[in-house]
Amino acid sequence: MFAIVIAVLAAAPAVAGTVHIAMKDVAFSPAKIAAKVGDTVEWANKDFVAHTATARDGSFNVDLAASKTGRTVLKKAGKVEYYCRYHPTMKAEIDVSK
Amino acid sequence: MKLATLFCAAAFACSVAGPSLAQGTKPTDPQIAHIAYTAGQLDIKAAQQALDKSKNQQVRAFAQDMVRDHTSVNDQALALCKKLGVTPEDNDTSKNLVKDADAYRAKLASLSGAAFDKAYAEHEVAYHHQVNGALESTLIPSASNGELKSLLQTGLKIFKGHEEHARSLASSLK
Ligand SMILES: [Cu+2]
Repeated sequence: MFAIVIAVLAAAPAVAGTVHIAMKDVAFSPAKIAAKVGDTVEWANKDFVAHTATARDGSFNVDLAASKTGRTVLKKAGKVEYYCRYHPTMKAEIDVSK
Repeated sequence: MKLATLFCAAAFACSVAGPSLAQGTKPTDPQIAHIAYTAGQLDIKAAQQALDKSKNQQVRAFAQDMVRDHTSVNDQALALCKKLGVTPEDNDTSKNLVKDADAYRAKLASLSGAAFDKAYAEHEVAYHHQVNGALESTLIPSASNGELKSLLQTGLKIFKGHEEHARSLASSLK
């Protein structure tokens, strides 16, 4: 049963999906995640203060008030490091593959 | 009486050493709430001074961030106090924080331009560092209510973010 599920997953064509990341307790969770070009990344701010998801390479800057959700579409492959401009102790990365 | 003595002793030590948060004392929840709330209000006042005086966009953006975040944290603190039936209680640690902050604002009032920006940013680093140290060493361990402790812990994470932000602001102004 397990083997079948894995085989089906492996054989499935790459369909653009959505990757969910929480901003919770002043941290990105998960802090490291894999995604594919074309995927949408959605951040949900679960805190009572604003946060940003700001790419170090400038490829995205999502500014979210408390309890808001925002997204970006990943356009190129490679590792993107990002952080919160308001609380730069918040750091994370997305490993984007083709 | 005993607490008052401890706070006075700490206040004396601090007036010599500079920082004014009591170390090694065990404040009550109403006092902790008052200290944490006061620390936030003082950072908002400092930010308002920066918004009045500074023309530097980075400094102004930082000050706006401080007003926004400390207002949010203090709103949470007030709501929690109301829910728990805790009335924040003034104390010597809070009084010393106010006294130090008033003195520093008066000092900054005489500065302008880049000198003001640099002094404000550097003071924000030192101030957050001092408050974060007090949260870690005294206020969080002393808090007896679990929800208050948890809010202070979240506050600490937010303020550590501010300290780092202030540090990068200060180094960019050099
Ligand atoms: Cu943040």
